[in-house]
Amino acid sequence: MRKQLKTTVAESTDGTVLYNVPFPKNIESLKEMTPIIIKQPYSIDYIHSYGQDSPWFAGLANKKLLGTKCTGCGYVFATPKLSCMECGSECDWIELPQEGKVHSFTVCHFGAEAFLDQCPFILGLIEFEGANTLLLTRLIGLDPEEANLKWVGMKVKAKFLRKSQFKPTDVYFVPA
Amino acid sequence: MRDVYLVSGGVSKFTKARHDKTFQGVVKEAVDYAVKDLGIEYKQFLELVDGSVASYFSDHFQRQLMSGIMAQDYLGLCPKPSHRVEGGGATGGLSFQEGWKNIASGHMETCVIYGFETMSHVETWKGNEFIALASDVSFDFPVGGFYSGYYAMMVVRHMEEFGTTVEQMAHISVKNHRNAFHNPYAQKRQKLTIEDVRKSTMVAWPLTRLDICVMSDGAAAVVLASEEGVKKLEKAAGKTLPKVKVAGIGCGTDAMRMSDRPHKKVPLLPFEKESDYKNLKYPGIHSFRAGRSAAIEAYKHAKINDPMQDLDFVELHDAYTSSEIQTYEDLGMCRYGQGGELAASGKTFMPGIDYGLKLKEKPVCPVNPSGGLIACGHPVGATGLMQAVFALWQLQGTIKKHFKDDALQVKGAKRGLIHSHAGTGTYVTVSILEGVR
Repeated sequence: MRKQLKTTVAESTDGTVLYNVPFPKNIESLKEMTPIIIKQPYSIDYIHSYGQDSPWFAGLANKKLLGTKCTGCGYVFATPKLSCMECGSECDWIELPQEGKVHSFTVCHFGAEAFLDQCPFILGLIEFEGANTLLLTRLIGLDPEEANLKWVGMKVKAKFLRKSQFKPTDVYFVPA
Repeated sequence: MRDVYLVSGGVSKFTKARHDKTFQGVVKEAVDYAVKDLGIEYKQFLELVDGSVASYFSDHFQRQLMSGIMAQDYLGLCPKPSHRVEGGGATGGLSFQEGWKNIASGHMETCVIYGFETMSHVETWKGNEFIALASDVSFDFPVGGFYSGYYAMMVVRHMEEFGTTVEQMAHISVKNHRNAFHNPYAQKRQKLTIEDVRKSTMVAWPLTRLDICVMSDGAAAVVLASEEGVKKLEKAAGKTLPKVKVAGIGCGTDAMRMSDRPHKKVPLLPFEKESDYKNLKYPGIHSFRAGRSAAIEAYKHAKINDPMQDLDFVELHDAYTSSEIQTYEDLGMCRYGQGGELAASGKTFMPGIDYGLKLKEKPVCPVNPSGGLIACGHPVGATGLMQAVFALWQLQGTIKKHFKDDALQVKGAKRGLIHSHAGTGTYVTVSILEGVR
């Protein structure tokens, strides 16, 4: 088979520094001028507090998977909520089982710029015995090229980063 | 509350990048078109319009706060009342309903709602990152924030729950791209096959590039008016305007994190029974509770019993082929679980267009005759208003005049539905439009 060769050059935002442009003698032709497009860099470090959800991240650093349970109606959240979405009562922290099942998944072959270098990666939503909601996580140890519906329902277990980054990716799941 | 009429609209051609104009200039194109279609001078319009609503989603794309007022002053609308409405992908639909409230409440007689998005100001993957910021930045975004990934997980569950297939999804892509072939405003006008869709680059399993809408630059505008407002516009124009009434509006919400969605009972439409859904846990991540709630409200308001029979067409938020299927079910165009079957049946296709597919059923209620988001593009703040403009032209019977082609005119259309949808189904609006003869 003949190899398919690329016929385009990849574009980038690395431009040339330009200090002037041509200008017509006749200003009536200005409306036909092509646009000037410049690079406008922007970066910022946020001071982001996890607030009342902070113990969840502290839990991950200590190899504990936490959820919350409503003191009013007993609803159990696998991603923490300190106020119950069902009845508005306060919730208490509980420990979740570290084994669950894949409720759904996808393989991301592309992603937001921040994650492009990690593609392909697998996202999964995990269901836990006794919890009413799910947890979004990364699934590790599955072949991205072998994605199929049989992954739904698969038993998985939690693993934790030893050097915690205080991100939800401090926990990930692998086939149990 | 007073009756509200949709009297005019305009859309800029949606395209990958509009570097030739700033967003204000693109918005002006859409408003100019709407005013011209009313048959009055712009100056007269400025005298008659009481205020506006600005519809745009992200401040990140332009790195500009208060873009709304920059459009307002460029349009010559200062010092009239105005404010911005924002609600993710549903921004356009929410803004349309905000305009409705301005008129229905008696606060204004005539209101212009303009929407825009300039997504070309960043590269595609940075754009995907900005969009993914519309997911919980503590729990969801850092795991691999990517909307196509979120929608892929939802449809995987839909496939697991109901047996929906990727070929059924591909039917939506073929239909919407093919419809857009006759829509000069659309960004992607393509004749595709099921195989093209499946062989296209995989983005988030099982969604390929042709299952997903594209980023776009564009603007859209509509003019809403009360009975009194219409009279004033007609007097200025020296002609009767073909009116379309907003017969009903509805809006629903759901949790930001889709992992938080409950697993309960289906809120039923009049023709459904609890026994239809004995083993279905709802909405889970396979269905949009916000869409169902919006439909229930709008149908009650507009007195719709059976949407498939009572509506002549639907323009819905098909950011993904899968979400068109999910939305069929939320809107009650079929029972939950039958969306995939409906997608491939032919019932939601346009009559008289050769899709190159073997379809079992005749068209009943065309969905996304314009080409939808998948083919028209999705400049977020403009999208929901674009739907309103195309629906207006359908109900006026003026598609040929505006598209220079009548292939997409739904013959004798009396009632249509527009549906705008945010996040993973967080805000959803449904508005029902009715031609007044």
